[in-house]
Amino acid sequence: MDTSNGIRSWVDKRFPLTELWNDHVGKYYVPKNFNFWYYFGSLALFILILQIITGIWLTMNYNPSAEGAFDSVEYIMRDVPFGWLLRYMHSTGASFFFIVVYLHMFRAMLYGSYKKPRELVWIFGLVIYLCLMMEAFFGYLLPWGQMSFWGAKVITSLFGAVPFIGDWLMEIIRGDYNVSGITLNRFFALHVVAIPLIILGLVVFHIISLHEVGSNNPDGIDIKKLKDENGVPKDGITFHPYYTVKDNFGLVVFLIIFSTVIFYFPTMGGYFLEAPNFDPANELVTPEHIAPVWYFTPFYAILRAVPDKLAGVLAMGGAVVIWFFLPWLDRSKVRSIRYKGIFYKLFLSLFVVSFCVLGYLGMEVPTPGKTLLAQICSVIYFAFFLLMPIYTSLDKTQTVPKRVT
Amino acid sequence: MFKKSNSILLFIYTMLFSSLILASDSHIKLDKANVNVKDYASLQRGAKIYMTTCATCHSLKYVRYKELAKQIEMVDSSGDILVDVVQSGLIHSDSKITDNIVSALSVSDGQKWFGKSPPDLSLVARCRGVDWIYTYLRTFYQDKDKIWGVNNIVYPDVAMPHVLLNYQGLKGLSASNAHDDHFVNLKLIKQGSLNETEYDLMVLDLVNFLSYVGEPHQVARKRLGVWVLLFLSVLLVLSYLVKREYWKDIK
Amino acid sequence: MNSYKMNLNRRKFFTNTTAAVGGIGMAFAGVPFVGSWLPSAKTKAMGAPVEIDISQIEQGQKITIAWRGQPVFIVNRTPEYVKMARSISDEQLRDPHSNESLQPEYANNDVRSIKDNILVLVGLCTHLGCVPLYKPKMGELDSTWKGGFFCPCHGSKFDLSGRVFKGVPAPTNLSVPPHKYVGENHLVIGEDA
Repeated sequence: MDTSNGIRSWVDKRFPLTELWNDHVGKYYVPKNFNFWYYFGSLALFILILQIITGIWLTMNYNPSAEGAFDSVEYIMRDVPFGWLLRYMHSTGASFFFIVVYLHMFRAMLYGSYKKPRELVWIFGLVIYLCLMMEAFFGYLLPWGQMSFWGAKVITSLFGAVPFIGDWLMEIIRGDYNVSGITLNRFFALHVVAIPLIILGLVVFHIISLHEVGSNNPDGIDIKKLKDENGVPKDGITFHPYYTVKDNFGLVVFLIIFSTVIFYFPTMGGYFLEAPNFDPANELVTPEHIAPVWYFTPFYAILRAVPDKLAGVLAMGGAVVIWFFLPWLDRSKVRSIRYKGIFYKLFLSLFVVSFCVLGYLGMEVPTPGKTLLAQICSVIYFAFFLLMPIYTSLDKTQTVPKRVT
Repeated sequence: MFKKSNSILLFIYTMLFSSLILASDSHIKLDKANVNVKDYASLQRGAKIYMTTCATCHSLKYVRYKELAKQIEMVDSSGDILVDVVQSGLIHSDSKITDNIVSALSVSDGQKWFGKSPPDLSLVARCRGVDWIYTYLRTFYQDKDKIWGVNNIVYPDVAMPHVLLNYQGLKGLSASNAHDDHFVNLKLIKQGSLNETEYDLMVLDLVNFLSYVGEPHQVARKRLGVWVLLFLSVLLVLSYLVKREYWKDIK
Repeated sequence: MNSYKMNLNRRKFFTNTTAAVGGIGMAFAGVPFVGSWLPSAKTKAMGAPVEIDISQIEQGQKITIAWRGQPVFIVNRTPEYVKMARSISDEQLRDPHSNESLQPEYANNDVRSIKDNILVLVGLCTHLGCVPLYKPKMGELDSTWKGGFFCPCHGSKFDLSGRVFKGVPAPTNLSVPPHKYVGENHLVIGEDA
């Protein structure tokens, strides 16, 4: 007992260990009314660590050359002891990362967690999301299957739409006149080293900026406004042990769902591991149906809904960028949906529905009917954001209680 | 600039449109193959058919004889591989038991003789699906305009001859369904050595084998999954009790 | 007060139990990661035994083949070479009976081989792993040289049975790998007789 305290104080004199622990975990006060929607932050962090570890282990046997990549993945699946498990953990992890992140973002939309003073938390989070999309895109080329190759071909060719420098841009991204082993090698470096490091850094900033102002909660109440005689928020509880213990429980629930997929539905009917990708990349034969992986399809649907290539690219880009403006588009007097009026609830529901429909449409082969539907949903998608200053101002809000419910 | 974006657009739409056309065979109704990769007898029969009939042209380059033999239970009572059985039944070349299953047909020869090199089939079950393979091998029909005298409903204008012709016999399209997209019964022109039920079972053995070969660890995967989920259920109960215990503090 | 203590005990009990079970879970979760470091099926295949037809080796000739990424010497010793190997006295050698050196049971004789004439050795100097040179001729290195192997890296010397001389850096005799004969002329390296 004495020795451990001795070691701790030795460290504390040289490194703010106890101080960091107290500030961020042990004496960090968090609202006591966190619900289901608040599990996804810690789950996202867990998946990030898992992807990094399984990713490193895959890199031990993966060969990042056009000639050897596909074979090396099959080598991992068949010859390397437990290689199949490492691969499935990583591929399932990628899809679950997006499920968790989308739900995590949705929480912010429900409870106004992006509003002042948490705009920077939101911005860091969105930059993480952008990096995650790039990470997934680069990673998807690595198995060098038909879908890997052709998906990369289509997406890199979008850069050709940029005026004046389009062709040059396409060539510099690919490193070749076409998507080739050179593209593969550089995407490998970006996927394994560059972007994970950036994401780790951004996650640290994301958490620091959150802790600087304190967490929001489902009622949108500022718990720091009501403190007791010790300066402790009345509706606050320390993160440890209450939320460490609760997040731990959430993690086990997640692991059960995650394991069920890994061991029983690893391809998830072709949505997590796509069938054409079990066919080695062939630059002379296009697969029957090229579609991005499910987590990109909403944006892909928006791209295809616009009949002009450049305008489509701008619309798709706009659909991602517009999220950054949310803290300033939302003019509501209250944070949480619990106290907002009917307009916000209506628009949010429409947004969710259109997002899901766009997601479905992005996976399908376009028909005139489906394209029209995609166009309608794209309008709804943008309307949610662009009309927000108007309808959130007009909305009839309720009184926010002083204490959490 | 406007013209260029138009032509690139045209390219993308052509690709998508052509993929739509190419996707036409996905409108064929595929028969369901009742695959069971735990039926080791079936897997062994399928392996034998594959090695004697298919392996001359189609390699299984991701599969090793040794691993295959072990996993489809070509072993004796102490679990050692029956090397002689494997050697005589499966290895029809001078490959060693630890080698990968390669075909004798070189890529260039394949292209010369068939117009397209016969693809490796290690992953065909994951790529095209078992139902597709099962239906494909049973829907060859006589077509005098083709080099090999046959065509296929599931894969129109396929470059492959009907290797299992002697087993299935020769079938033909009846005049009414000559241009029909949907799979209907073909009529028998010439009898083969097996009747329809026997042939279907033989093809099922092959499909079983190919399904197994596509993912050799699938049985182990599911078995391990049971243990993992059992363990996690125990952990679930425990972690819930811990959570509840601490949260009694909070009103 | 009592219920508080009981609560604390319950808390400690559940926490410790969950931590223990969780720890077991993490240990099991580590299995695929550690396990994937074991030799893969491809490695095992590449490390499979190698077969050689020894009837192709001329008298007095040494050939080198690769087994598990290592060079293996196969020497067809002439009767004279065998005599030269037997003539080296024990005092000159560091480990004359291969007590410290790698040598399977079936090669436990004065010429370290199953057949008198065919010597099978791992062609790596036991000092730091260089490949020694084959110097079978009498007097090839100096006036007292009775044939053997010489390592150019740091000067270690071995006789025509691969045994290491005293006074050189190498600590043990050249290793004899597992090997056996299948029929008269088929040597299999990598499997014990």
